[in-house]
Amino acid sequence: MSTLRAEVAAFIDLEADMLDFNQYREWLDLWEPDGVYVVPIDRETEDFANTLNFAYDKAEMRSLRVARLLSGDAISTQTTYKTVRSVSRLRILAEDGDTVKARCSQFIAENRHGNLKTYPADVTFTLRRSGDGFRMVEKVVRLLNADHHLSSIGYIL
Amino acid sequence: MTACLTTRAPEVDIADLVQDDKVHSSLYSDPAIFEAELDKVFNNTWVWVGHTSEVPESGSYKTAFIGRQPVIVSRDRKGDIHVMLNRCRHRAATVCEGKRGKVKSFVCPYHGWGYALDGELRAIPKPEEYQGVLDKKDFPLVRLRHETYQGMIFATFNPDIQPLEEHLGGAKKWIDLFMKQSGGYPLKVLGDHRFRFPGNWKIQLENTTDAYHFPVVHKSFVSSLDDQTSKIFDFLDGPGFVEDLGNGHSVMVMIPELVDLDANLDAPIPERFKDFAAELECEGYDDAQVRRLVRAVGGSGFNLNLFPNVACSMAFFRVLRPVAVDETEIHHVAIGGDGAPAAFNQLRMRLHEHFQGPMGFGTPDDAEAWERVQKGSRAGDREWILVNRSLGRLVTSPDGNTAGSVCSETGMRAAYRKYKQMMTA
Ligand code: FES
Ligand SMILES: [Fe+2]
Repeated sequence: MSTLRAEVAAFIDLEADMLDFNQYREWLDLWEPDGVYVVPIDRETEDFANTLNFAYDKAEMRSLRVARLLSGDAISTQTTYKTVRSVSRLRILAEDGDTVKARCSQFIAENRHGNLKTYPADVTFTLRRSGDGFRMVEKVVRLLNADHHLSSIGYIL
Repeated sequence: MTACLTTRAPEVDIADLVQDDKVHSSLYSDPAIFEAELDKVFNNTWVWVGHTSEVPESGSYKTAFIGRQPVIVSRDRKGDIHVMLNRCRHRAATVCEGKRGKVKSFVCPYHGWGYALDGELRAIPKPEEYQGVLDKKDFPLVRLRHETYQGMIFATFNPDIQPLEEHLGGAKKWIDLFMKQSGGYPLKVLGDHRFRFPGNWKIQLENTTDAYHFPVVHKSFVSSLDDQTSKIFDFLDGPGFVEDLGNGHSVMVMIPELVDLDANLDAPIPERFKDFAAELECEGYDDAQVRRLVRAVGGSGFNLNLFPNVACSMAFFRVLRPVAVDETEIHHVAIGGDGAPAAFNQLRMRLHEHFQGPMGFGTPDDAEAWERVQKGSRAGDREWILVNRSLGRLVTSPDGNTAGSVCSETGMRAAYRKYKQMMTA
């Protein structure tokens, strides 16, 4: 296994673990200030700004989202405070200077009112080297069923 | 027009279950009532199927549902709109899948019967086998009666129903006001959020004119707003109102200053839209245009509930589709201006994402509350759902309608009165 792939895999595992264990504030620190978190409806589009998405979060919206999830005020977060996700099938798509683009699969399981539900997705990361690790420039979560109906999602995919 | 046969549900006596001040819990969970609703409500009135901007040119189509029945909305070569059952006349396969798209014709995937954009049956493989058996002109896709108002397309299985404009009646004035939010450009659908919740469709219908839940369920949304905007959303003690518009329709005005988006154009630009205004100025829009776009971008200050399946809800169309007695699909349809500045439509989509849809800051909490209603309504066998708030404080509106305070249950009572009338007809 190449070093780059191992480094990226370690970062993505860390990110997944933080989200599963509600370490949302630490998760915010994994981002570059100009980073964008996107959950598109249209799996084909790359023009997220001019398209309606499930989520399109720049820095301010990310921190508002985290504040909402941690506030305890949102009833939808109380029933799905725990997720279990697994990321795999990692492939490095491109490396350009200090920027790496990678793609992986992600399976998230939630348990709402006793109903176990999964959200499979392809996730694309654009990472920038920072110190001895990476920071996220872009994370795009393309849900397998993005084009159909979802249920309410009270956490971060 | 081809007559359409639909299955008759067993007769349910609904008269006792829907009263002026309360409705029985079984309305949320009795499968027989649900079947009767599909038959007597959804298959019997004007049902919203789309907006003209979703089928912008010849060959455009979108799929939709009337109750449980799949339909296609298409635009033919001449530019005319058709609403047709999504069902091949041979052995019933759907001839069209996907939300929206563009096609030259509808070709059935099973045996290849081909239909034109207006539904005419044009091609049958091995036509010699049908000689003397079937004439193509007798087997178009089943077309439904449809009419539009302000670009909103409604269709019906009931050939004898009153014209759409009569059906909308007192709601038309509010639809006209709602359409002002595209900022002087033709209104255009920008996309939609789709989600389901395990609960009855009427729970969502009620919610559109339920201001009472807002500060409770949407506390975390309000906390995410700047001070000026969160004050605007603190409307429960304000001068807003709910008005019964007749025919099951109602309007809930939450923010009276935002009823007419062409008025007050010289008001100061709200803090949260200052960057947007600056961006428009940079792009060369003059002061009048900037003010109009800023005023329109956040949407209207009211929810208009159109019985039974669509609402003009502040800044979007809310569409509901009954899937089963305890399963409902909701679409939150984002809208903007066709040809409007990119910054305008972008901001409208960002505002939509902020509250709406399965990952918004508002909708998941609504869905959680509704799921809890469905669950709790199974408890007890003599229990009722109360819709009596403000019954002692009703007034007559300037338009001559029954009205109550912004947090009254006037809109729910309006919907249930029409519901009862249709269910007992
Ligand atoms: S079912 Fe459509 S061609 Fe046979
Ligand atoms: Fe709500």
